[in-house]
Amino acid sequence: MAQTTHGVGGLSYDAKKRTWPAEFNVFLALIILVGAFELIGRVFLGDSFLFNTRANVDTIFNEARLQIIILQVSIVGIIAIGVTQVIISGGIDLSSGSIVGATAMIAMSFAQVATVNGNPNPKAVFLAQGWTDLPVIVPVLVAIGCGLLAGLVNGSLIAYTRIPPFIATLGMMVTARGIAKWWSKGQPISFPTESFAAIGKGLMPVIIFISLAILFQLILSYTRYGKHCYAIGSNEDAARMSGINVQNHKILVFVIAGILASLAAVVLSSKNLTAQAGMGVMYELDAIAMAVIGGVSLSGGRGSIIGTVIGALIFGVIISGFTFLRLDAYYQEMVKGVIIIGAVVLDQWRQRLRAMRA
Amino acid sequence: MSDIVLKTENLTKYYGGVHALESANFELRKGEHVAIMGDNGAGKSTFVRQITAVEQRTSGKVWFDGKEVNFAGPIAAREAGIETVFQNLALADDLDVPSNLFLGREKVLFNLGPFSILDRKFMRKATEAALIRTAVKIPNLNNTIRHMSGGQRQCVAIARTATFASKLIIMDEPTAALGVQETMQVENIIRTLKANGEPLILISHNMRQVFDLCDRIVVFRRGRIVANLRKQDTDGNDIVSYITGAKTGEAELAA
Repeated sequence: MAQTTHGVGGLSYDAKKRTWPAEFNVFLALIILVGAFELIGRVFLGDSFLFNTRANVDTIFNEARLQIIILQVSIVGIIAIGVTQVIISGGIDLSSGSIVGATAMIAMSFAQVATVNGNPNPKAVFLAQGWTDLPVIVPVLVAIGCGLLAGLVNGSLIAYTRIPPFIATLGMMVTARGIAKWWSKGQPISFPTESFAAIGKGLMPVIIFISLAILFQLILSYTRYGKHCYAIGSNEDAARMSGINVQNHKILVFVIAGILASLAAVVLSSKNLTAQAGMGVMYELDAIAMAVIGGVSLSGGRGSIIGTVIGALIFGVIISGFTFLRLDAYYQEMVKGVIIIGAVVLDQWRQRLRAMRA
Repeated sequence: MSDIVLKTENLTKYYGGVHALESANFELRKGEHVAIMGDNGAGKSTFVRQITAVEQRTSGKVWFDGKEVNFAGPIAAREAGIETVFQNLALADDLDVPSNLFLGREKVLFNLGPFSILDRKFMRKATEAALIRTAVKIPNLNNTIRHMSGGQRQCVAIARTATFASKLIIMDEPTAALGVQETMQVENIIRTLKANGEPLILISHNMRQVFDLCDRIVVFRRGRIVANLRKQDTDGNDIVSYITGAKTGEAELAA
């Protein structure tokens, strides 16, 4: 029974001819990539990429490797969630990496212990004010405040002065990096409280990443906010004529992206037990790359968080795979670049094919 | 005269020194389908843009639904009950049919501000009902607009208009870019609207279409209304002579 009667007005359509969701192709690419590493490993190294080969461990998969794959992308992945909704609504965010740097410095200053080995904490920024050993909620709220402010500036610039998102967030990228360096005159800030350090411990980054990913996938699919993201990204004029408050929506999109970047900063500085002015350099591009590999269209209107998560996993697999094959880290960067270009070319190719069939 | 839906008095629009529209007096009654014809630059679209408040008029008065109105913008006009199908379709290419139909007025299950949960089932059902009511044929509601033909897109735009317009529908050359069969489909929708008693202003260059679908024909020439004729009192040649200026109407004689 190929013909169904789902069509309206007596027209029927062939349900079998429905195209796969875009995420399926990305997932296929992930599997092919893992398969390729597995094959190369077996043939050239006599080792398995994915499966456990040690006799003393009783598991099927190489769990340590799987954890590393997802752990190393989960922090940039948090940023990528925010970047995804920005790109879907037709914008771009180059400032997220610098927001991570600035937020990490500022938030870490509010997460300091008073004494280290019996001596006053030499790195504490607010030692004189006595702002030490604060409850963990303080640095987290400070971080969220920083992200919110940065996003508000980004969004307002784009919505009210109508400068392109590329330029507005480029300005924020440079400014926020400047703030990160100025905050402690380039000095790293270390010695966080135990409760702050717990945020990024072990697999916590993964848990936070996955929870946020699920939350935002639901928001994009089931709420008015999500629907308007796609509408504005695919036809801004139509959205405006339909009565959507495009300006307010754009501001909210960038505020959320800023907050997600600041949450990534909290997790990162907590995991590293230190904050440095250079934290998060290039994260914005990695985040954009994850989204693009995951099928998010740079022209807006298309993509999903699920796609971005798979895109992030592809990233993780490449990094782990190159380590597994004992290849230089330099090659990772080169191959990353090729994969980003390849993903966009493939996506446009697929779109053209679909358009021809329709 | 309570059956007048829309009335304009001396509606005028200047773009700098260009008199795009001058002293347009126009009336539309309940259930009436009126065609607006005229050459390019005659002031048809300008006239519509003043009514829908896409632009602010230079002078003149507009009554809609019994009240004198001064809409601040197209959204205010739409909220008052004037729906327009634009020449460049106001559809979001990457959304499916129900999302486009309810764009900017989504039905929600719980109100949580911007994060309100959408009532997708309701919107899908309402979309099906709206498409059936306007006799629009769309194979798959879940398809995005991007993957539809020009005719299907136009039908979705019209169905949206017809679903929400309680009082007046304006169509600016709805079939200009369509093939024969697609044009027929759009015309059928317009006939359905007529049967439902919904008033309509149709801007068109297509003489056959105008005589098929409308009760009255208003001709614009050089920013003025030069003819206002009932369909049975005129014919194609007559209209053409008004459009080209071979025959001049009372409005121009009076000026």
